[in-house]
Amino acid sequence: MITDGTKDQEFLLPASTGFIAFSLFVAVMLNWLPWHGWGLVLRPDFVALVLLYWCTHKPHRVGIGTAWVFGIFADVADASLFGQHALAYSILAFGGIVLHRRVQMFDLRQQSMHVFPMLLLAYAAYAVVHWQVRGYIAWEYFLGSVTSALLWIPMTLLLQALRRPHRDPNEL
Amino acid sequence: MDDTRSIRFFNRGPSPVSRLIFFCVLSLLLLFVDARYKYLESTREVIAVVIYPFQRLTALPGEMMGQISVYFETQNQLLESNAQLRQQHDLDAAQLAQLSAIQAENAQLRTLQELEQRVDYPMQMAEIVYVERDIFKRKLFVNKGSQSNVQAGQVVVDDTGVVGQVTRVYPWLSEVTLVTDKDHAVPIQIQRNGLRAVVFGSGDIGEMSLRYMPVSADLVVGDILVTSGIDGTYPPNLPVAKIARIERDPAYPFSRISCVPLAGVDRHRALLIVSGLPKLPEHPAATEKSAEPVQATRKLRRRKP
Repeated sequence: MITDGTKDQEFLLPASTGFIAFSLFVAVMLNWLPWHGWGLVLRPDFVALVLLYWCTHKPHRVGIGTAWVFGIFADVADASLFGQHALAYSILAFGGIVLHRRVQMFDLRQQSMHVFPMLLLAYAAYAVVHWQVRGYIAWEYFLGSVTSALLWIPMTLLLQALRRPHRDPNEL
Repeated sequence: MDDTRSIRFFNRGPSPVSRLIFFCVLSLLLLFVDARYKYLESTREVIAVVIYPFQRLTALPGEMMGQISVYFETQNQLLESNAQLRQQHDLDAAQLAQLSAIQAENAQLRTLQELEQRVDYPMQMAEIVYVERDIFKRKLFVNKGSQSNVQAGQVVVDDTGVVGQVTRVYPWLSEVTLVTDKDHAVPIQIQRNGLRAVVFGSGDIGEMSLRYMPVSADLVVGDILVTSGIDGTYPPNLPVAKIARIERDPAYPFSRISCVPLAGVDRHRALLIVSGLPKLPEHPAATEKSAEPVQATRKLRRRKP
């Protein structure tokens, strides 16, 4: 069930750098799929979510610097201004690192309630920059933060499942 | 929580707050430099080349789906579309014959009037690699870049009309801003009576707006807007949009006119990039030339009816 998330200190394999890099790579690929129309409006920001996951679970491995670098790549791929995604992701990573102990105290549903304001803040940072430069805000853009927060639960479950040690079937 | 400790025995580098401040200042600096001075285009190109293979990789599933659906097309469908294309071809050929006669006549008349000859524009085919993933913008990327002599500012058309304008060029890619991008302006003429105006994108896929037209202006629903060619960026007489709705409210000085773009702004895979437009003589007052599409100033936007 949802409630058994990370609360009872289950044993997880130490996350290898390769696994962290691979998860981020998959997230980037998912973000770059040709989304359009309502799919684009409702698309969760996979990179932001995976970055936030690693910032809350391994704050000494993935930090603001990593988030910033991925932000720069996102800026080039999306043809947004240099530093626009980078700023948003840095703020998000900071939130994740500062609240990492607190977030892990809760079960997954409560975690997603914690994650939502952080994502909203990051989305707001992006939108404010756009508003300052181009002079308008598309409000439906913020729907993405809601779907991202909803995706937090399945994504955490998936990543935790991948980090769980494989049980030997011949063992008692 | 396996590697967090309550007492810090080891130096972990600067605190999160100082890191955040450092990276925020760095981002804001980059933002400022990019928005104001546009110094970072070469850096952007380098990173774009690095991430280009991955971007192609993400476009693969869609392309494969397209190819698979072509493979499973039935003979009946092929015959049908073949017949349709043949019919269209006959029609076009008849019109083309007329066109060449008219072109010859036009050339002759222009010589008689001692006017400059209109030239044919070389076009090159480009395929859409992917569409913009940012809902703030109406942009797409095509697979021709500076390696195929595409330049920023060139116009992109399809078989029915203007699609947009090339705004940024990478070695193998170029970024096209669609005519429906918010505040993208295209100088146009009404085909019926030659009235000049400027049509603006609204940020929506299926809508454009004709601003600052007086209530008394001679406009009818269904009027076709074609490029006027006045600014030298767009070649003349390319269809842009059709008037869909006119609201004449006497409370406002301008009527509210919404148009529908004629070109398949969100439909096709293949587009044409128009190049080699004749250079216009220099504007008397030196104006700043920029690759970005013409933007309406904020002052104008506030006066919008």
